[in-house]
Order: sequence, then C-alpha cells, then structure tokens
Amino acid sequence: MLSQREQSIQYSTMVLLVEDHPGVLTKVSMVLRRRGFNIASLSVGHSEQPGVSRMTIVVEGTGPRIKQCEKQLYKLIEVLNVYDLTEYDRVDKELAIVRISGQGGKRAEITSAAQAFDAEVVDLGKDYVTCQITASPYSIERFLEMASDFGIMELTRTGVVTMARGRKAGLGAQSVEQTEKEVTSQDGTL
Amino acid sequence: MSNDSKSGRRSGGQIICDVLLQEGVNAIFGMPGGASLPFYDALYHYPQIRHYLARHEQGAGFMADGYARAKNQVGVCTSTSGPGATNFVTSMASAQMDSVPVVYITGQVAREFIGTDAFQETDATGVSIPVTKQNYLVKDIDELPRTVKEAFYLAKSGRPGPVHLDIPKDIFLAETDAPIPDEIEVRGYQPASAGDSGMIRRAADLINEAKKPVIIAGHGVAISEAWDELRVLAEKVNIPVITTLHGVGCFPETHPLSMGMLGMHGMYYANIAVDQCDLLIGIGFRFDDRVTGRVSGFAPNAKIIHIDLDPAEIEKVVQTDVPIVGDAKATLAQLNPIVGRAETDTWLDYLSKLRSEHPSETPPDTDQFLPQHMIRQIYKHSDGKAKVIADVGQNQMWASQNFFYDHPLSFFSAGGTGPMGYALPAAMGVQVACPDDEVWCVTGDGGFQINIQELAAVAEYKIPIKIGVMNNGHLGMIRQWQNRFYDGRLMGAELANPPFDKVAEAYGIPGLVARTKDEADEAIAKARSIDGPVLIDFMVAENEDCMPMVFPGASLAETVEA
Repeated sequence: MLSQREQSIQYSTMVLLVEDHPGVLTKVSMVLRRRGFNIASLSVGHSEQPGVSRMTIVVEGTGPRIKQCEKQLYKLIEVLNVYDLTEYDRVDKELAIVRISGQGGKRAEITSAAQAFDAEVVDLGKDYVTCQITASPYSIERFLEMASDFGIMELTRTGVVTMARGRKAGLGAQSVEQTEKEVTSQDGTL
Repeated sequence: MSNDSKSGRRSGGQIICDVLLQEGVNAIFGMPGGASLPFYDALYHYPQIRHYLARHEQGAGFMADGYARAKNQVGVCTSTSGPGATNFVTSMASAQMDSVPVVYITGQVAREFIGTDAFQETDATGVSIPVTKQNYLVKDIDELPRTVKEAFYLAKSGRPGPVHLDIPKDIFLAETDAPIPDEIEVRGYQPASAGDSGMIRRAADLINEAKKPVIIAGHGVAISEAWDELRVLAEKVNIPVITTLHGVGCFPETHPLSMGMLGMHGMYYANIAVDQCDLLIGIGFRFDDRVTGRVSGFAPNAKIIHIDLDPAEIEKVVQTDVPIVGDAKATLAQLNPIVGRAETDTWLDYLSKLRSEHPSETPPDTDQFLPQHMIRQIYKHSDGKAKVIADVGQNQMWASQNFFYDHPLSFFSAGGTGPMGYALPAAMGVQVACPDDEVWCVTGDGGFQINIQELAAVAEYKIPIKIGVMNNGHLGMIRQWQNRFYDGRLMGAELANPPFDKVAEAYGIPGLVARTKDEADEAIAKARSIDGPVLIDFMVAENEDCMPMVFPGASLAETVEA
C-alpha cells in the first residue's frame, strides 16, 4: 500500500521495447538508479516480437526530467524504443494476490466485499480468504484499503503493465512505425 | 597460422587478433594473467600487433586511451579476470566520460567456473556496466566473431566510448567456423549523421542576424574531425571561437578569432564574452559544470544553438533555442553554405580591447620560476608543435592556458572524470600512435606518483616521451582550494617527494632538474636533443595559484583574475 509520500508524488509511465538479452534488465535499472530516478514499479515480459521484451516502468517525476530519463534509456544499445505513455489514454492493469484475515467469522463479509471489486476468491482457509484481483493500480489500492480493515496477512503485486488505447497511440506491431514518427517529430531526437 | 583471413576454423584468441588487424590496430596495452593466458598465446603468433606490457592495468587503460585519442581510432587494452579487470575501472570511467573509443578485453574464468567464486573471479561485466558504452560476456564461441566486430563498431561510431569484452578462458581456446562479418548493424542503435535541415536553417538565420555571437567548440569537433568546417564557419561569419578543455586545438589558438578556453580556469575575456554574447553556438560540448559556472547565470542574454551527436546532451543542462542532433562535421558542412558575414566588427573590437586589458594568458613577469613559465618554455622550444598530455589539477589548467595549440589533436587531458595519474600512461599511448611527434607529458608531482610504475614500460620500450614534472611539493589544486575556501587549513595537501630525476635514472631514463627559468631552458633543450625518453623535474614556485578562476557557485561574469 502507498505511503503518504507516495500518494503525493506524480508518476510517469513508460514502455520500453528491449532486446531479450541477459543483463538488459540490470542495465535499465542501473541507468535509472545512477541518474537518480526512483522506480515505483517495473514489469518485464515477452512482446509480440520474438527476441524483444517489453517493460512497463513507472518512475517518479514528470516533464523535462522524464524526457532526460527517456533519452538516457535510449542510449542503452539494447533499448529499441522508449515510449512515455503518461499523457496517453491507456489500459493500466496489475495483478495482486492478497491473503486477508478472516478471523472473527468475517469470511463471508470478505467474500461479498471482494465481489464488489471484481476480485476472485482463489483460496479459503479456516481463518483467511485469499483473493486475486486484476485491475488498475488505483482500484487495487482501493481494494487493499478495504482489505486492510480485516487485516492483510500477505500481499504480492506484479507491478503495472500498460498499453495505449486505439491504434494511433497504440504500440502494437502495426502502429510502432507511426508512433516512432510522432516521437521523432516531437523532439527530433529519435 | 591464420592471420588476416576472415573465415576458416579459428580459436577465440585468433578471432580477436584477426579483428584487431582488420581494424588497423598495431598496438595493444596490457598485463597478462591466468584467465588471459590463452589470449596471450594467440597474440604470440601475431607479431604485427605489438604488445606493451603495462605495470598496472590502469596504466594499460590510459595508454589505450591516449593511443585512441591521438589516432582518433579505437585503442585496445587487455587484462586478466578479477583484479585485472577491476583495475581497469578508473580508466573505463574516464573513457566513458570523455567519449574515447577503447576496447577492453578482459579474461574471465572458464565458463564452468562462472558463478562459483572461483579464483580471480569477479563479475567484471557487472562492474563495468555504468562505466562503459556497452559490454559483453561472451559465452558462445559462435557469437565471438560478431561480438568482437560489434565492439569495435560501437566504440568508434556515434558518440564514441569504451566497450568491454569479457572472455572466459575456455572461449579463447574454443574454435568456430563462424566468419567475421564485414558490416555490423545493431538495431536500436542508429547514430545521427547531419542534423535536421530545418533546424540548421533556423541556426543560420540566428547566426546571420547576430551582433555578438560566440562559438564554443568542444570535444565533438575533435572527434568528428570538423576543425576545417569550424574554421570556415568562424572566418566566413567573423565569429570569435572559444573552446572547452577538450576542444583545445580544434581552432588555432594564434588565430585572430581565437579567444582561448573558457570555464572555471578559462581566459577572463573568454568567460566575459560568453556572459555578454547574444548568440551562443555550442558545437560538440555538453555544458559541463566546469564550463558553465552557475547555470542560472550562464550566457544570460544569449540565444543558444546546440549541436551535439548525443540527443541526451540536448537540454540536459540548459534550455536551447535551436537544438541540432547531429555530427559536427556533417552539420557544419550543411550550415556553412547558408551563412554569410555578420556585423560583428564592433563586438570583435570590444573583445580585442577586453583581451588587451585582461591578458589572462600572459604569465606574471617575475624572476621566480613559475609553473606557467615551464609550459611557456616547452611551447617556445617545441615551436608550438609538441603534443601535450596533461594530468589533472593545476598542471592541467596551466598546460592548457600557457601553450598556444594551433593543431588539432595536440592537447589531451582526462577532463571529465579527472583521474590523476592519467598523463604518463596516456602520453605513452600518444607516442606509440604518433612515433614521429614530439610528445610531452606534463604532470604534477602528486599525479605523477599515481602511475609512476609505468616508467618501467617507458624505459623498456624506449618510448621517447619527454616527462615534465611540475613539482611544487603539493597537491596544488587542493592547496589552492584549502587556502581560498578553507581559511588556509592545509590538510593532506603537502607532499614529501623522492628526487624524481633519481627515480627516473633508476629506471634507466635520463633525469634532469630545473630550479630556475634558465635551468629550465637548458634542461628542455637538452631533453629535446636526447633521442629517447627524458624526465625533467621542474622545481617551480610552491605557492602559485591557478588563475583566472570562477569560484564554486559563481557565474562566468564573476571570473576572478588574481
């Protein structure tokens, strides 16, 4: 769950397409660390292109500082594309699994509350309920607030993955070229 | 034994040597060790590549750095795993900050031992990530030919930098038929060529209208060999040219339009010109803090054109009016035809008057033997034709201030990282690259002792550098700062030195001492007459401060002259 400090921070959401080589994740995280950017969330997986991994990185900060962050990431040889999607209409999804205390006969109450959040009960014990929720980070925060009233025994989150909505701003194989052009024309630096 | 063939079954060691030959590398600097023995065994069969045994891997790294800078080509150095690789780190950091193309080849423990804390195992590529442009741990012999070729390509192209190849011992020995590719393409890596033509047009419009323009030329001009284009631009438009430390020599310093170097220890008139200019044309420099002084007070009235190959340098420090991502040479070649003579006569007259009233480059007139005199005397004796490699600190600033560099690639210094101990090994590399040139290593008495062990290699290979130790018995810049900013509380600033002439003699290198200006004249003349390395211990005045100076936190307008 987010601390007071974290709630007041502005974040930027970036998507990186990178070579699927050993050490690339280390290089990306080291660039962010040594240039002084705090990572709020980072997730990696395959993309639609063989040999290309896709990262979604949420970092603290906005504006020119993030522009500098983007340029520094571009300098890594294995980084193929960097997209700052902060200002784009996009789908942000994250998965969380939460074991919630059901002591005091609260299991039924938890289960019905979970339904309201479209969370799924994936495990049930004598004194706990384990829920899985796939939602926006915002909805997950709200779900966790609710869960914390009962007591959160264990929590794991995947970190957010994102995709822009619509083909124009999207990053699917068909629209990569178009997006590249946009990025180029914005700052002439691609 | 295969030598320059591109195919056939070869060992990893042979493949590396073959690529070195293809890339025109005729020297390699290094120190062998267990994990790199098979590579040395391959080198044994390649007499075309001369190996120079350094006495510390850091020395080997700086030798390759000097070689690379002087030739504007890739320099190569090698070490073993573990401590050999970690000893490279300082030189890697310097090459990275100063954009120098160096390929580092380190041995690694054999593949089966990686990750077992084997003897002399260090995660060398883990260590080198933040201090290299790219690095590789090669675990598949079939990938080696392409990877080695790619290392050279990445080191030299775009914004140059160090590339590290970490090669397990058994990979040097493994064999493959995989050919060495002729061309390398790396997706995700497309260095810019000429800048955007629309931006260049905008730049030309600003230049043509400027009344008080200045050019600041940096390392990028040297790297892209754009000195002719720079001169055309300056002369055609009539713009004064100021250089950064790494730009020194890119524009003839005796040229009427030359305004010397700017920055923390730049020429007074250069700093004031930047402060008062209405148009700043920055070419291949990165607005380093030692150049700008307080950024909020930097060139407050100027529109800024910034030409740089690296997009990340654009607007990293200052906002620019016309950003141009491009190679300096290609960009200037497009810019020059569309600019014309600007009305800068009044501005140039003003600067000329300023300069005559504030002659920063003239050493004080005194009988005392000042450090500045030493540099000026080397300048006179060599007729301004020497290549000078400076260390770090006061000596570095005086070496840049008191010598008029009229030729590109004639002054070298590790400006970004500021690693003391650079000058001696780097001068060796410069001399190896340019055997017919007069090469002077200018070093303080402090920095000299950081890589003094390389005197053994100077003597062994009879590398005919002239070593000028600017000996003031102190870490001079430390003393200067402690005197000025810490109320004179000297702490760790004084040096108890050995007699350096005797040290040199012990290594088999002629050693001379100069205590006065006259003795210095004599010693320099004698050193130049000796066909081989010579060391001169210049015992200069102890308490001279390096001026002008922009104090920390001050702007260029506040440059202090004395």
